Amino acid sequence: MAVAIRIFARMVTAVRGLWLGADPGSPATRLYFANHVSNGDFILIWTVLPASLRDRVRPVAAADYWTRSALRRFVAEHVFHALLIDRGPEARESDPVSYMARVLGAGTSLIIFPEGKRNMTDEPLLPFRSGIYRVAVQVPGAELVPVWIENLNRVLPKGAVVPVPLMCSVSFGTPLQVRAGESSEAFLERARAALIALRPAREGS
Amino acid sequence: MRSDLVTAFIVVAAILVLASIVGQVLRLRYSRGGESAAIDNLNDRIGSWWVMAIVLFLAFLAGKPGVSLLFAFAAFAALREFMTLTNATRADHRSLVAVFFFVLPFQFWLVHTGWYGLYSIFIPVYVFLFLPILSAASGDPRNFLIRVSEMQWALMICVYCVSHVPALLDLSIPGYEGREVLLIVFLVIVVQLSDVLQYIWGKLIGRRRIAPTLSPSKTVEGLVGGALSATAVGTALWWMTPFAPWQAALMSLMLTVMGFLGGLVMSAIKRDRGVKDWGHAIAGHGGFVDRLDSVIFAAPVFFHVTRWFWSVA
Repeated sequence: MAVAIRIFARMVTAVRGLWLGADPGSPATRLYFANHVSNGDFILIWTVLPASLRDRVRPVAAADYWTRSALRRFVAEHVFHALLIDRGPEARESDPVSYMARVLGAGTSLIIFPEGKRNMTDEPLLPFRSGIYRVAVQVPGAELVPVWIENLNRVLPKGAVVPVPLMCSVSFGTPLQVRAGESSEAFLERARAALIALRPAREGS
Repeated sequence: MRSDLVTAFIVVAAILVLASIVGQVLRLRYSRGGESAAIDNLNDRIGSWWVMAIVLFLAFLAGKPGVSLLFAFAAFAALREFMTLTNATRADHRSLVAVFFFVLPFQFWLVHTGWYGLYSIFIPVYVFLFLPILSAASGDPRNFLIRVSEMQWALMICVYCVSHVPALLDLSIPGYEGREVLLIVFLVIVVQLSDVLQYIWGKLIGRRRIAPTLSPSKTVEGLVGGALSATAVGTALWWMTPFAPWQAALMSLMLTVMGFLGGLVMSAIKRDRGVKDWGHAIAGHGGFVDRLDSVIFAAPVFFHVTRWFWSVA
């Protein structure tokens, strides 16, 4: 099923992975952080990762969304091996930050979407939530890799069921780390700027 | 028909063997470690030509279903590249679903069944009217005219025009029954060879640029040398067509000129959108639209001229 999903993703989007600073062959444990425009975001990243990286990466996803039906739960748990976390702090059993830090510290790379929800605005990127900073501080050895997903919002906009074929790309930027004494605000701004900088420029149109 | 196909393929393969040898010699001489991007690109192009020639040959052997399927797939890939560069937004999602999953397959099905009366007007009339209705229904007026115009243009170029290649199989030419696929072989060889020869002549003696603002690599010398030499080859291929040699010469000249102009138009679009290639699917060449642009402009004219003067239906 996983292979079928990747083949399907390639047929629809002809997606290309562009390694613009991160080394695709590196064995480092990574926290990939990407812009979030569609439910297919993770699939696209996963499709372009080389097999050696793909096998040890898990997406972090919202439990409330991915456990709403049996099918979603099955796909999240058994196909994508997603790390399901509670978004709402009210009814939370475990702290998502320490959960992510524990998995990351054990050598499994993670994919997160620091905007916290899908971006439906005309802004390129919403403000980041602070979870990424807190995880990074707890696991100082992890590489924080910015990942820009281009065009997928047009392929599968929120609410649409049928994807339309348009070409996408996934750009991996130079890894970041939290600097000594760096504040949460300063780091989030730097990480956000690093992600926006990966956006492919297109003149005209 | 089959023996003619095999003959044509052997000739093309022989040319490609020669090109591969030249490419490898150049690589060993000048680009052992990838020093010359131009030589590496040349070898990529030759490699892709092998793949394209073999795929086309297999589709031709498979007959009408093979040709229809192959060009429907090429149209799909081309349309995907084209729509990526347009202003289509979320509001056009339903229109795009209709375009990719209904209009495209339906057009190729119409061509496959030979329904000339409908396939020649389906996109220019019915899709032209109903697609903007679908986009308007989404209620987003921003860039509306631009969005619907781009979508219609993309369909005309990538679906309507490309579908005129398999439509050649639909012509009934007295004395040529069962050999129609050779018309496609003739079209593809003349147009693509013309592109290659224009490139080579341009590199060798090209000086005066024809359209520096659109496509800096196109030169008068490249065009004249390429068009004349491709016309000479096309004339020599008259035996696979229903044409007399002088007619094959005129047809070839028309194909090379249309192909050249098609390349120019598509370059203008790429310039406007700030991209060098339409896509990355075909190593060395760029995208499907990059490889098809000349065929797209040549095929419908070739179809109608042949139909008008030679076909009985």
